[in-house]
Amino acid sequence: MTRIVVVTSGKGGVGKTTTSASFSAGLAMRGFKTAVIDFDVGLRNLDLIMGCERRVVYDFVNVIQGEASLNQALIKDKNLENLFILPASQTRDKDALSQEGVEKVINDLKDMGFDYIVCDSPAGIETGALLAAYFADDAIVVTNPEVSSVRDSDRILGILASKSKRAVEGLEPVQEFLLLTRYNPKRVNDGEMLSLKDIEDILRIKLIGVVPESETVLQASNQGLPAIHIKGADAAEAYTDIVARYLGEEKPLRFVEYTKPGLIKRLLGGK
Amino acid sequence: MSFLSFLLGQKKTSASVAKERLQIILAHERTGGSADTPDYLPQLQQELVAVISKYVKVDPNDIKVNLERQDSLEVLEVKIEIQQDQP
Repeated sequence: MTRIVVVTSGKGGVGKTTTSASFSAGLAMRGFKTAVIDFDVGLRNLDLIMGCERRVVYDFVNVIQGEASLNQALIKDKNLENLFILPASQTRDKDALSQEGVEKVINDLKDMGFDYIVCDSPAGIETGALLAAYFADDAIVVTNPEVSSVRDSDRILGILASKSKRAVEGLEPVQEFLLLTRYNPKRVNDGEMLSLKDIEDILRIKLIGVVPESETVLQASNQGLPAIHIKGADAAEAYTDIVARYLGEEKPLRFVEYTKPGLIKRLLGGK
Repeated sequence: MSFLSFLLGQKKTSASVAKERLQIILAHERTGGSADTPDYLPQLQQELVAVISKYVKVDPNDIKVNLERQDSLEVLEVKIEIQQDQP
């Protein structure tokens, strides 16, 4: 059975595409045949984050409008055998997506034997975002510990509960997971940042992981490499844990406690 | 805030202010949705007209249904004007 996962947030710039790239790469590393679709028509960026921007010939909209086959448009990941990227169109406008078109692509991917389809949602609550969420079985709601992001996540949760296919057809509701990104334990400790408990209290959905604020994420996107590939980096480890938890494994939370640097570390100028 | 920090005159952390503000605004938005009036009001109005006009003569425009919200209080107001029989 193919599982459809939407990575969404409402607010822009919180780490949806970063998460989509690392999460789909993580699933592929576990041996699952995975497709990741960019729904941000007109502002595609998943190709850049995955480092395949120069290999885009056909896109999602070409497939929907019958100008290319799905096989022609799917880009095989450069690092992982069983990961495929379906880029968004950069030139069309967001109304080029239709529900029937998206459904056909998703059904074709199912027929091709994909285990997971990861839908990278655009920001906002317009067509692209609604369509990315519509077919979802599971939703990863990416949230920053910051008021506007939490509010927008709450709004998106409302939309998943009322406008997704599962909601409309009265099926079992979409499974919702909270993923906190740009988390800074020191600032939480100092009372300057909402804690993960605060956000769990407010949004009341299952926490799937916390990605600490990290320099690695920018370094990874600079190179066009999903952050999960950066060996030994906190963000990479956090994403690896998130994939494991998604697959049902128990993993204790990491990178959420602040420990004061010791004297020696301070003298040596460590961070 | 603990009693001690109250005595010491410590301020609330900005994170706890953020949490409080979010809890208030989201409680409001979750009940009301984005629209100010729930979508059952027009139907409620129609059905009221149907029931009342069984017994008294009313003009559909003389029945007004309104919902008001103040903090934690919701008031559903139904106003019915019954026409006096014309001589």
